[in-house]
Amino acid sequence: MSRSDIRLWAVLVWLAVWQAVSMWLDSVILLVPPVKVLVRLAQLMWTAQFWQAALSSALRITSGFLLAVLAGSLLAAAASRSRRVLELLAPVMLAVRSVPVASFIILALIWFSSRNLSVLISFLMVLPVVYTSVLGGIKAVDGQLLEMASVFRVSKLRAVRYIYLPQILPFFDSACSVSVGLGWKAGVAAEVIGMPKGSVGERLQQAKVYLDTPDLFAWTLAIVALSLFFEKLILFFVKNAVPRLWRMRV
Amino acid sequence: MEKIAIVGLSKSFGGKTVFRELNLTLDSGGKTCIMGPSGAGKTTLLRILMGLECADGGIVTGLEKKRFSAVFQEERLCEYMTAPDNIRLVAPAAQSQTILRELACLGMEDCDSLPVSALSGGMRRRVSILRALAADYDVLFLDEPFKGLDDAVKMQVIAHVRERTAGKTVLFVTHDRAEAEALGAKLVMPFYTREPVGES
Repeated sequence: MSRSDIRLWAVLVWLAVWQAVSMWLDSVILLVPPVKVLVRLAQLMWTAQFWQAALSSALRITSGFLLAVLAGSLLAAAASRSRRVLELLAPVMLAVRSVPVASFIILALIWFSSRNLSVLISFLMVLPVVYTSVLGGIKAVDGQLLEMASVFRVSKLRAVRYIYLPQILPFFDSACSVSVGLGWKAGVAAEVIGMPKGSVGERLQQAKVYLDTPDLFAWTLAIVALSLFFEKLILFFVKNAVPRLWRMRV
Repeated sequence: MEKIAIVGLSKSFGGKTVFRELNLTLDSGGKTCIMGPSGAGKTTLLRILMGLECADGGIVTGLEKKRFSAVFQEERLCEYMTAPDNIRLVAPAAQSQTILRELACLGMEDCDSLPVSALSGGMRRRVSILRALAADYDVLFLDEPFKGLDDAVKMQVIAHVRERTAGKTVLFVTHDRAEAEALGAKLVMPFYTREPVGES
């Protein structure tokens, strides 16, 4: 299923089902009606605390994501050049992929403070995805074009810009698309467990403690919106700004 | 002028011998056409000379520190780039006006703003030939460069290549004797034990 499969009528049907079930249950604690969630979200959005929490979490999770994109790309480039680096990184990437995110969160809480926990967790979730995709992209670069570049003594920099990057970009694009949502989910989960002060995760945890279901739903909706916004922003940059670098005249 | 000497060159892939103990001397500053039947190892020989393949044995002299240019059997163009940009990739100093003039010489006046992926097979081939001619080189390798061109265009392109490579070292591989003659290349047939019969 892709996002283009989502139709307004289907969304409205599910909202109606949600509304009907919440009316039938008649308990705001068990299931808050969608209208109340929207009202609560609007109320929250009028407070400075909401924006502080959203910005604080967004900054940390996005930092983790960007650091992972940078590290994953550089490590993939190194691994593509050296078999030893590839072999050295293989168990690390497998471990990061396989270990449950909750284990990382608890370990990180033992080793560090909770303040920047979401940076680390977002980084760990995104790193193997970017690394694997970019490495796959580098391996898929057309060998015949590389031979051409070698015969014509095209400089390394020009080869990277005009031969490697255009062929790696679809892999990079797909990795970013998959991992930005992953980073947000894991980052918020880390904040819920670590409860760094003034974060979205702390608000979610408080909503749970006080059985404040409207707040829980409103914050969840805010997280989904923030995640989508950053996903669009990052993908816009990858799809438009990055290709401009090499679409300029050779 | 220093000659290119190939002495006792051997190459095999996975136990299958491509050629063994090949000896050949090629003139520098002239055009040489290496002819041979399909599968004889002509492309492999060019790849070894270009440094893209290692020989199992033998030595090659006269190509040290030389700058190469090539037309491969495949076009090997950057698909999303225009023809001028593909040429500039290997010849950064080439002037736009010169590139456009060269494209026009081969009947591609209006193709300079299209990505090469939008061009026909024959046009792409001409771009790959112009790219090779535009690069700074000491030795030009042509591996069946006129494949896929119709007869009229082929003769026009051969005449253009002949003119632009005057006095240059060109190693040309084909099985078409007429192409070699039109290019003014000296024929060598290291893969034949005797003169082939019925070559066109």
